[in-house]
Amino acid sequence: MTREETETSGEDMMIDDPKPKIENDFNVHYLRIYYGNLFPYTDIHKWLSYGHDGKHPGCDEYYFGRREFSFTLENDVYLRYKSFKNASLMEAAIKSNFPYKIDIGAVYSVDPDKRHAYAQSGTNLFTPVERELVFDIDITDYDDVRYCCSGADVCSKCWPLMTVAIKVIDTSLREDFGFKHILWVFSGRRGVHCWVCDAKARRLTNEQRSAVAEYFRVYKGNENNAKKVDLMGHSLHPFLARSYVDFLKSFFEGELQATQSIFSSKEKYEKILGMITDEDIQADLRGKWENSARSSLSEEATSLLRWEQLKKALQSKRNKALSLRTCVEEIVFTFTYPRIDLEVSKQMNHLLKAPFCVHPKTGRVCVPIDPNNCDEFDPLAVPTLSQLIEEINSGGLRMDVDDDDSDSSLLGKSIKFFRSSFLEPLLKSCKEEIESSYKTKIAKTKDSFSW
Amino acid sequence: MEVIRSQKRTVSNDVVSTPTLPLYLTAPPMEVRLEEFELFAIDRLRVLKGVSDGLARGRNPNEMDDLVETLWKEHMRLSDVSEMINKDIISHFVLRLVYCRSDELKKWFLSMETALFRHRFRLKKIEEQRAIVGEFGLPYKAVIGAELESLKERLGLVARSLGQILSDVENIYYKVPFEEVPDLVAGRRVLLQKGYAFVAGSQLVSLVVTQFRSHLSKALILTNRKWTTTIREREKDRLTPIVEALSTSYLGPDYTQSNEYADISLKDIDQVSKSSFPLCMRHLFEKLREDHHLKHGGRMQLGLFLKGVGLKLDDALAFWREEFTKKVGSERFDKEYAYAIRHNYGKEGKRTDYTPYACSKIITSAPGAGDHHGCPYRHFSEDNLKAALSRMGLSSRGMEDVMDKVRNKHYQLACTLTFEAVYGTSCDTGINHPNQYFEESQKILKSKTPTAPV
Repeated sequence: MTREETETSGEDMMIDDPKPKIENDFNVHYLRIYYGNLFPYTDIHKWLSYGHDGKHPGCDEYYFGRREFSFTLENDVYLRYKSFKNASLMEAAIKSNFPYKIDIGAVYSVDPDKRHAYAQSGTNLFTPVERELVFDIDITDYDDVRYCCSGADVCSKCWPLMTVAIKVIDTSLREDFGFKHILWVFSGRRGVHCWVCDAKARRLTNEQRSAVAEYFRVYKGNENNAKKVDLMGHSLHPFLARSYVDFLKSFFEGELQATQSIFSSKEKYEKILGMITDEDIQADLRGKWENSARSSLSEEATSLLRWEQLKKALQSKRNKALSLRTCVEEIVFTFTYPRIDLEVSKQMNHLLKAPFCVHPKTGRVCVPIDPNNCDEFDPLAVPTLSQLIEEINSGGLRMDVDDDDSDSSLLGKSIKFFRSSFLEPLLKSCKEEIESSYKTKIAKTKDSFSW
Repeated sequence: MEVIRSQKRTVSNDVVSTPTLPLYLTAPPMEVRLEEFELFAIDRLRVLKGVSDGLARGRNPNEMDDLVETLWKEHMRLSDVSEMINKDIISHFVLRLVYCRSDELKKWFLSMETALFRHRFRLKKIEEQRAIVGEFGLPYKAVIGAELESLKERLGLVARSLGQILSDVENIYYKVPFEEVPDLVAGRRVLLQKGYAFVAGSQLVSLVVTQFRSHLSKALILTNRKWTTTIREREKDRLTPIVEALSTSYLGPDYTQSNEYADISLKDIDQVSKSSFPLCMRHLFEKLREDHHLKHGGRMQLGLFLKGVGLKLDDALAFWREEFTKKVGSERFDKEYAYAIRHNYGKEGKRTDYTPYACSKIITSAPGAGDHHGCPYRHFSEDNLKAALSRMGLSSRGMEDVMDKVRNKHYQLACTLTFEAVYGTSCDTGINHPNQYFEESQKILKSKTPTAPV
């Protein structure tokens, strides 16, 4: 069936050539096939139901229906406050709209569809009740410290910044905050999203979300200030110290030097010298480096050497000024520490793109990333829409992801990972919670009858 | 509480036994004289207004402690301690009625009462503080024994990271779910482990203030319900007129409606930006002209300011369109930015007519990569700030005075000094709102050249 569709020029075809020309493009026709056959509706529904599947008396059968979705259609038409009573209605809506982007919002106090019926003067009865704790990390926020790309581009040299960010944030979410059900997703082009789905996380207020986001915030910069990380000369908070020792230091002194050579040119090293508050040290190092400009060392070796010289210079003057004591760490943090978009995390009603959407500019699927193996993740190897279509065409298979050998299909791997390492443990814990809160409720009502 | 007309008042026994810092958890059974109903509330309102002023002027916590102590003595002190406690409690509950009636009033009251509570709490001795924690019925126990041992090193790191020397006094830590102390978490002022924060005795204020605010917030919603369903009607000849009069008098102007000084048109806007905009808005304006773009925070801060200055919606759309289309094209402007501008003017969504940001909000904002909003006195490096000030025409002497204020974190005073230097006049009230800066500036300039546009 799909073979025929791609071979004939239908009325709505965007491709001029009637032959199946596989391009790395995103187009409506491929999108239809994707949403017709590949998008994991059941898994998404199971996830967002959080165990309220109606099988237990303690289930809230209307829970899924109070979740807001939004669709961005072709021509940037934007449909908010969409909600669906169950998985089939959600699937039907997606298959009739073929949205370019699907966003997931909060679970509200009433059906988003019916919010106007509940609007009253003064008090607002339509309010968010639950929402995952989410984070958005975008590599464009690192433009001032990456020299290989800028703007929307990303490559194997700068992607490791995302990898380090995942490691730092994921560790902290688990160790410091005690969260367990965390989903990391590739945003499709140049960043990652994080969905923290524990019940405690979903019930956080805006103020509490803001507090978590601020806890993660270190970089406070824009072009108006030269020093964008200020650790104030005191020792590091254990969270920052752990991040530095376990992840940032080795990344800075290893991979980063190799890929970015942050000391190798005058323009580059001036930026770093600007972070040292002692003018004598600045002048001293500047003198050394200007003189060695024509050395025969490789860019990487030069960078490493200069880093050693810098550390030594700072070490010798450590006790002269408070601000020098954490200068080395400040430089490392400036180049490597995660930069999250605070606004995304702070409010419950903020919408975030759904996993398994396809990015319109790259055609890549927003697949989950395994935080325990994030070093292996390559954004340029993520399946694209056209690759998936070609796989269908060449295999002639119906992509039934419940097949045992679904592991071998491009998307099947991701879906399987989503299920086994995220969805299953999450649902298990949700069931336990529903059961136990049901038991407590029953016990309470029994008590109240005992007068 | 029962409001009566009799001369004598029966004092409830409960009053004498409550501590000197009431938590206002429930309205105690007392009788209140009608005169006291209004007078007590007005006195408390004076205190809250003083707190509001202090916060707007960027006073640091220690200065706020002193301010609160002074305000309380001046307006709330009575010779008899139990009478004083009565006044405290009565005035709080009366103001709850007054300020529960809209979202904006609630928000203001909640902020001010919480700040007032915070600083009164900080002024108490540690034993009294612990007693208050107990009053809230918080189930948190001190961390002891092996658990404490295992955490000691990291607790020390936290203290050192805050510039404290770990003294013996800080042997007591409470294990508290991190959700209960959001401000300590945000500032990385506590150790976190598996969802728990370890709160030092000296940080109890955070714990307690969060509880206080949360409780008061819920109480205001209930009070509002009671007010709208029963009290307002029942008391329409007695308390309702008093309540309604009390709320309008004490909030400063919010600049949603511009006055006759401030209708500006697009053709004057560049000139006006150089002559009358405060530094924060001038910077945003210049960046907009330069980059033909501003990120969200900047669009909000500048956009609402311009609205307060008198820029009509159509002019605003034309203004932003003129700049943005140089970079993103007119179709994208219509799709992505026009909606937000109309939203600011209350023409979309829930139709709130948003108020321009006051200094306190701008100072506490957090500009990040690519942003130009915020308060330059706070967010710029010294060099950049000096450069910007010299472009505004400050002499080096004037600049030193301003920089001195900045170093002491008195950002609004710095802006006030800038104003005084630029216009050669003194500004006694102090700047606490960019639109206020603009209006004052326009007043001065227009009084000098009444007809020409300035």
